[in-house]
Amino acid sequence: MELGPYLILASLEGAITAAVLALTAVGLSLVFGVMRVVNIAHGEFFMLGAVIAWWITGMIGGPPAVGFGVALIVAPLMVGAIAVLADMTILKRLDYDPERTIVATIGLLYIIQQLTLMSYGPDAHPVTAPFNTRLAIPWVAHGEGGWTLIWPWGLGTTSYKLAVIGAAVVVLLGVWLMMARTKIGLLMRATQQDRDMALAFGIPVERIYALVFGMGAALAALAAVLIVPIQQAHYLMGGDPLLLSFIVVIIGGLGSLPGTVVAAVLIGLSDGIISVFFSPTLAKILATLLVALVLIFRPQGLFGARGR
Amino acid sequence: MKSTPIARCRPPIWGGMMLELKAINAGYGRAQVLRDLSLRVQSGEILCLLGRNGAGKTTTMQAIMGLIPLMSGAVLLDGEDISQLPAHEVPRRGIGYIPQGRRLFNGLTVAENLEIGLMARKSGHDTLEEVLDLFPRLRERYRQRAQTLSGGEQQMLATARALCLRPKALLLDEPTEGLQPSMIEAIRQVIVKMRQTGVAILLVEQRVDAVLSVADRVAFMENGRGEAVMDAENLRRDHSIVERYVGV
Ligand SMILES: Nc1ncnc2c1ncn2[C@@H]1O[C@H](COP(=O)(O)OP(=O)(O)OP(=O)(O)O)[C@@H](O)[C@H]1O
Ligand SMILES: [Mg+2]
Repeated sequence: MELGPYLILASLEGAITAAVLALTAVGLSLVFGVMRVVNIAHGEFFMLGAVIAWWITGMIGGPPAVGFGVALIVAPLMVGAIAVLADMTILKRLDYDPERTIVATIGLLYIIQQLTLMSYGPDAHPVTAPFNTRLAIPWVAHGEGGWTLIWPWGLGTTSYKLAVIGAAVVVLLGVWLMMARTKIGLLMRATQQDRDMALAFGIPVERIYALVFGMGAALAALAAVLIVPIQQAHYLMGGDPLLLSFIVVIIGGLGSLPGTVVAAVLIGLSDGIISVFFSPTLAKILATLLVALVLIFRPQGLFGARGR
Repeated sequence: MKSTPIARCRPPIWGGMMLELKAINAGYGRAQVLRDLSLRVQSGEILCLLGRNGAGKTTTMQAIMGLIPLMSGAVLLDGEDISQLPAHEVPRRGIGYIPQGRRLFNGLTVAENLEIGLMARKSGHDTLEEVLDLFPRLRERYRQRAQTLSGGEQQMLATARALCLRPKALLLDEPTEGLQPSMIEAIRQVIVKMRQTGVAILLVEQRVDAVLSVADRVAFMENGRGEAVMDAENLRRDHSIVERYVGV
């Protein structure tokens, strides 16, 4: 097989990574942007989403699509509720102090991880995809009779993988619409701009914070539900999404949603391509190197505004 | 300098709406700034707060808005103790705040800044129209982001945003800072108009002449303490007392 089909395959894998990463990172970016706190437990909310999806699909049984459909709605809601609870009981009491919040969310990370280990166990569990038709991808080749379409063996994807990409695009558009066009989005943006003035104009900032923290966690959980039929659920699966989300959020510009999405596509695609042609470790090394370069030459991120 | 008798204040008109600070103590963290400060602003009155830089004027306004907690004392609006409310409930009771340095929601448009003002007390579209009639320039800049406005336009927007609450009391912290005379006059006219409609107005201002032409009473403060409170009329006749408190 020539290089071309490999490249398509790698880009497709990369696009799935990018889609899931964009959802996860936008959640982290939203929390950082509005609340100015760093949530180290973000990856654990991702993991909880996958584990709860496994649990729900197992409980409901029946055709995979039904259980998965329920999990797609219920798991993010449950994880969001857990995050709101954590916000109201922990972060609010720390007055959202940036340093103390980092320490507190590190604690939260271990609590969630250990509780999951104790209840869910150390094994990885699969979730059946709701649909999984194999789709072959054609390739053009120059044969005896000129250009012809061929169907190289191994070049293909599944309908589910394409659906993951589509779903991520739809959800991201929804988040953008909510921020830009709705009343609650306006309140969030005002809170992000100036917390004290938001209070002085009647915005219940604490409720906005709880909502944003819950939404951020729900987005991570949603990303995990989407990926779990491809990747399996495991209690330690939160590490990579956390690292990659941080990379994406820093490259994209802290708190900038469009920047976060662009950076997620960049990192996701290059991660997919480099992983296929070289090794996943090299992909992570290069991404981390990119972060260092961005921090040195453009500390506000590719899309961040200067001077905040 | 000959000593001047300190004029007696007008007696408070009971029954009218008012904003009252009762011996408040407040500060930042453990650093106390305000000490036993008491003030009273009647409905339809402009009380001007004068004091040197760092006297605690801005801190007073932040304490009224509930943005810094009181160590003791109370803030009453229409007799209701608003100092016990969560901060976001204070504006909802009808206090409009025009902070020092404007503090607009910079990334938001003029329209969005005003919408936030309207939402605080669920004011309707008619309020928006009235406010825009006071500041026609904002209508022209309606879809523009606040940070791209000129200084004067930003001050108009800060004022308009507060008026969108249909406030019972209005706090203005150096609203004419860095503005040209025509703009100062425009702001002044709006303040006077608000007084006519019965708003209680607390005005902080550095420029004494500007103050004396609109104020009904003047309260001096020094090192976080309230000092003399006088009718502006008396100060217009005799300037020396002003120099004692704010002279350099
Ligand atoms: N955020 C803060 N943290 C700690 N101290 C503060 C803070 N803001 C103000 N102060 C202190 O409180 C005191 C009063 O400040 P304030 O801003 O109320 O003065 P002001 O009368 O408004 O002065 P100006 O005329 O310069 O605006 C000052 O000594 C100042 O240093
Ligand atoms: Mg001040």
